[in-house]
Amino acid sequence: MLLLGESGSGKSTLLSLICGIVAPDAGRIIVAGQDITALSAAARDRLRAERIGVIFQQFNLVPFGTVCDNILLPLRFAPERRGRAQPARAEVERLCAALRLPGDLIGGRASSLSVGQQQRVAVARALIGSPPLIVADEPTSALDSGSQGAFLDLLFEQIRGHGTSLLMVSHDARLGARFDRVVEIADIATVEPAVA
Amino acid sequence: MMLRLALASLLARALTVSMTVLAIALSVALFLGVEKVRTGAKASFADTISGTDLIVGARSGSVQLLLYSVFRIGNATNNITWESYQDIAARPEVDWIVPMSLGDSHRQFRVMGTTLGFFEHYRYRQGRGLAVGQGALMDDLFDAVIGADVATTLGYAVGDPIVVSHGIASFSHHDDQPFRVAGILDKTGTPVDRTVIVSLEAIEAIHVDWQSGARIPGQTTPEAVIRQMDLTPAAITAALIGVQSPLQTFRIQRAINTYPEEPLLAILPGVALQELWGIVGIAEEALLAVSAMVVVTALIGLMATIFSSLNERRREMAIFRAMGARPRTILSMLVLEAALTATAGALLGVALLYAGLVIAQPLLDSAYGLWLPIGAPTPRELTVLLAVVAAAAIVSLLPAYRAYRMSLADGMIVRS
Repeated sequence: MLLLGESGSGKSTLLSLICGIVAPDAGRIIVAGQDITALSAAARDRLRAERIGVIFQQFNLVPFGTVCDNILLPLRFAPERRGRAQPARAEVERLCAALRLPGDLIGGRASSLSVGQQQRVAVARALIGSPPLIVADEPTSALDSGSQGAFLDLLFEQIRGHGTSLLMVSHDARLGARFDRVVEIADIATVEPAVA
Repeated sequence: MMLRLALASLLARALTVSMTVLAIALSVALFLGVEKVRTGAKASFADTISGTDLIVGARSGSVQLLLYSVFRIGNATNNITWESYQDIAARPEVDWIVPMSLGDSHRQFRVMGTTLGFFEHYRYRQGRGLAVGQGALMDDLFDAVIGADVATTLGYAVGDPIVVSHGIASFSHHDDQPFRVAGILDKTGTPVDRTVIVSLEAIEAIHVDWQSGARIPGQTTPEAVIRQMDLTPAAITAALIGVQSPLQTFRIQRAINTYPEEPLLAILPGVALQELWGIVGIAEEALLAVSAMVVVTALIGLMATIFSSLNERRREMAIFRAMGARPRTILSMLVLEAALTATAGALLGVALLYAGLVIAQPLLDSAYGLWLPIGAPTPRELTVLLAVVAAAAIVSLLPAYRAYRMSLADGMIVRS
């Protein structure tokens, strides 16, 4: 699914809500069949770790960690995903190969990678342990248009392989053709509290 | 992995972190150094006299007796008669006894009349004895053995003549009977270094023509006549006693303190030294407090460094949060980093301390007679190191809590 919206329209806030990092003042959010507004902050953190892989626009990686550290990072907080991604080191190598990342990069520092490579590492990190949902916040905006297409091809190939849903946010309506569903954030009914 | 990431995170900010580590290291080295000097000074002080079981003098205070008999500070209020001395010396418990006659001076240094037994029985720093560096011990009536400081300050060599003054800081010289420097003692770091030692008889000899602190007018006894005289002293100032068995120390102490013929006082040097240290020990505690403040300053510096790093690390914290890290994990990571920084600082501080000790040990020993032992860290020092690391973890809670709040507020939005 692609969520389209202009910058400042509340896309990132919506993602934060879906991921359960921030809680809404009112209303319900149902993720993977569970009402996360009913959960404690700790349980939401746990749910996010287990069920959602996150890809940011850029600066996805912890710069001082190695590529391997970065990919394994979500498993640190998600025992179930960790269980699915064993042996972890082999899984890292498999994902890197699938995302056309040279194997000798795995032990290198994340900050030494190009932006395109960093985004692919971020995909590997989101995919490890096969979470049911991947949330991507304009993952291609830091890439030039040539590598955008190649990156999305890789992303979709992997998502199909893992049987994972993708919720992607963008302001670029041209991407709509690749997605099953496209939603304009402007079309989402917003209920403003009545001003007395 | 968290430990490895924390280390990598510290390495990524190597410059600021190393400055903080250095600040902590210096403060820890300073604190432990002051602690070393403090305990070393205390030990050196307590080792000023060892091997002596009792010090006997006229009845006064124990600290006063210790001050004039061992440290050559202040004066005796009274003397011990030669008869009393003989009495005590004849007691069966007494292994050895060394008389001391004080009251004269040479320039700024005290003169002490004693017997050759002093060189044999005086012990300092865990049983070390006095050693003659140049020349020999007193052989003639007018021979003097001088301490190392006396020799260096006044530039004396073996064979030089010296004139003893009557009293202390006095202008009436015993210039009728000049002494000769027979030997110079090795440096000990004790008051012996600042003492001119002559025989007990020599003290009598220079007072032959004197009465009540003044020269008897017109009377000059030739040296040859003095040498023929009976120079047994009428009184001495104090005496050092070694007993046959330590168990007898208290018995003989009581006997001396209740001596019926004249009021005497016998003290245990160790106990009196402790009492005296209790008086001078306040300064060392003040010093220790100041260096503890330096450690506190370094820890505040650490806290400031973490605070200032928070903004540039918001992105990193947002990544951790998005991966499912709880705000508590962010908090504990910052505390872990602070503890690692402090540990590095503490270890470097210990290294600096030992390096400093290796360099300073011989210098301090020769200049001040202060011996600082180099050994494995004491339990007390290890406690200090652990306390520094623990304190670092505690002060880092403040910026860590701020990071906790920030990561709650920022959510997943990457601010960079």
